[in-house]
Amino acid sequence: MSLTTLEQLEPDEATSEAEARTAVPVKDGIEVGPRLRLRSARLDDRYALLGAVAGALAIAILLFGWIAPLSGFVGFVVVAFLCFIGIYALLVSTTSDGREVIDRVMTVVLASAGVILGTALIFVVAYALVRGFPALLHLNFFFQDMEFAGPLDGLDVGGVAHAIVGTLIQIGIALAISIPLGIVTALFLNEVGGRFARFVRTVVDAMTALPSIVAGLFIYSAVILVFTHQRSGFAAALAITVMMLPIIVRASDVVLRLVAGSLREASYALGASKWRTVWQVVLPTARSGLVTAVILGTARGIGETSPVLLTSGVTSVMNTNPFEGPMISLPLQVFDFVRSPEPNIIARGFGAAAVLLLLVLALFAIARVIGGRGPGDLSPRQQRAARAASERDVERMDAAAARRLAASAEPLEEPQ
Amino acid sequence: MSIGAVVSDDRSAGEVTTTVILAEEGPSAQPPQEPRSLTPRPSRSDSIFRSVAFAAGGATVAIMLAVGLFLSLRAGSALQVTGFGFLVEQQWSPETGEFGIAAVLFGTITIAVIAMCVSVPLALGTSMLISEVLTGKLKQWSITVVDLMAAVPSVVFGLWGVFFLQENIIPVSRWISTYFGWIPFFAVTDQTGEPLTDASAFTSSAFIAGVVVALMVVPTQTSIMREAFMQAPAGEREAAYALGATRWGMITAVVLPFGRGGIIGGTMLGLGRALGETIAVYMIISPIFSINWQVLKTGSNSVSALIALRYGEASEFALSALMAAGLVLFLVTLVINFTAASVVARSRSGAESEV
Repeated sequence: MSLTTLEQLEPDEATSEAEARTAVPVKDGIEVGPRLRLRSARLDDRYALLGAVAGALAIAILLFGWIAPLSGFVGFVVVAFLCFIGIYALLVSTTSDGREVIDRVMTVVLASAGVILGTALIFVVAYALVRGFPALLHLNFFFQDMEFAGPLDGLDVGGVAHAIVGTLIQIGIALAISIPLGIVTALFLNEVGGRFARFVRTVVDAMTALPSIVAGLFIYSAVILVFTHQRSGFAAALAITVMMLPIIVRASDVVLRLVAGSLREASYALGASKWRTVWQVVLPTARSGLVTAVILGTARGIGETSPVLLTSGVTSVMNTNPFEGPMISLPLQVFDFVRSPEPNIIARGFGAAAVLLLLVLALFAIARVIGGRGPGDLSPRQQRAARAASERDVERMDAAAARRLAASAEPLEEPQ
Repeated sequence: MSIGAVVSDDRSAGEVTTTVILAEEGPSAQPPQEPRSLTPRPSRSDSIFRSVAFAAGGATVAIMLAVGLFLSLRAGSALQVTGFGFLVEQQWSPETGEFGIAAVLFGTITIAVIAMCVSVPLALGTSMLISEVLTGKLKQWSITVVDLMAAVPSVVFGLWGVFFLQENIIPVSRWISTYFGWIPFFAVTDQTGEPLTDASAFTSSAFIAGVVVALMVVPTQTSIMREAFMQAPAGEREAAYALGATRWGMITAVVLPFGRGGIIGGTMLGLGRALGETIAVYMIISPIFSINWQVLKTGSNSVSALIALRYGEASEFALSALMAAGLVLFLVTLVINFTAASVVARSRSGAESEV
């Protein structure tokens, strides 16, 4: 605005600067060879690995099949793995010194820890999905409740629609309470501060240690036994809120702390008030991180069984009123189904677990798409929007400057 | 001559006016004024924001303190009856006044310790693998998978434990008890001390529950440790390589000391979750109310499983006893969490490894 007129008064002084002292290195005439692959394995390493695998399998089969009275699949794996480590160390030691042997062996140990963990975790998830698959094939599983389905009925009758609706209502109420409260509390911790904020932070940290069943027990004895005298979806939502609130506060607190201080200072330097800074600088910058924090908290809250176990009650019919009567949710429905000895009911349990898993997976995928980038790190579309906005700003400022120049030019000419 | 400039920003008119006030020169007869306060008077939107934020913080604290106070008050009536005996009594029958959490607390801690024995080596190895060995796409992919696994509901792990692990781990349990039975923990004996080999003696044990809980907490631990390891400064890594260290040498010299806070913090956080885990434990164990040192043998218990088991038919007083049990569990996890937080805060690394 007024700065644009000021710049025109200043003469260009930069041209009188002496020529640059730094010399740019000349790349002409230097031959650039092919890029070296520093981390690739040597050929004899690969042969050593393959040889160790083959030798270990052979020894284990020999031990288990003919020589020793060992049996069992797990024992076989353990023996084969120990043999593999030994043989591999021996093979590497023929070409390398002790330190390198330790390095190679430890790399293999780390890799096997990763493989064991990854296999086990993926197996756990796949087990629920695969055993739940037969139930998912029936469309009625998603659109019916269990009101008319007896324990001996096949999978083509009844479903978990009531549990899906219950889960959505409960998590919806819990989010309606915990998102505003949680994010404003995190803002309080970060932007307002002071002694009370430190106290709040300590209490919130302490409450992340609250076992979820104790949160359920609290709602059961403080709300259900004293006020409502019946289990309801609202009580379950309150229990989930008590459990989720500290998680959301802490996660948003971390995200808000990542907002660069220079952005805030720039806003204050332009004369913005604290509220303006929070609303127009801090929150937009941290938006994707906050969304991620909330979604991950939601994923935790959706899967939580124990607070719901004490507060929501078990039912087999659809109930859309959170304040009246029991309202079951998906994890509790899984828990309730698999206590039955009937194979069809157990299959429904696995189906409900698969639905729950898919729900969590979907939430996680959404969180990845929205989040996964740091504060202030814009997507191409956001960058285009920001560029367009700043172009509009420049136009507006130029127009204002031109108007002012035209207005001030006329009175200047009169004295002459 | 002093110049005081007042810039009034009048946005509603769309026009910016600049007014310059030239201060009067001359000796001022007025006495020296009080120094002007440097803190500005907050604008109205600011004071509203402050009070709303303050109220939200207050509400959060009020909810949290209400939980704590309510638990302590209600637990008080049960604790007054038993006093210190609450911590050493094994039976749980509040109706007769004989109840205590020695057995359930022992079971809780056993399960958590077994879980840590399984999960910490796996988490350490995997986090080092991800941060130091893997590169490129595979690294990103495994970070995502581990983070995703941390969000898998505990009831899914419970299902797996009940329907798959329960049957398939029995040979392992039997193998351990046969060959390592001379260690008291791993023996499985009946009352007379005779070793049992029957499959039914190995089901629903603390060991199985511990393995399931271990898988449940290991993603959280892995992701905390990985973050701590990945923050080890590149300069020190390169210095170690430049001195001729192998990769494992670099890890022991730079990454592990740097990430110690992350390792301890992650372990403690996992321990806290393992202590509080309800559903998976409840589905797997067969509850008993006596201290069972033989971790491979049927029967164990945990505080949260006790609450889930007994809350329904509980009278007013029995509920208060359950509250007392929950309070003790809460205090234990609280101590663990704060210890972890202080360890992480004091070490050089892991400042950003909060969950």
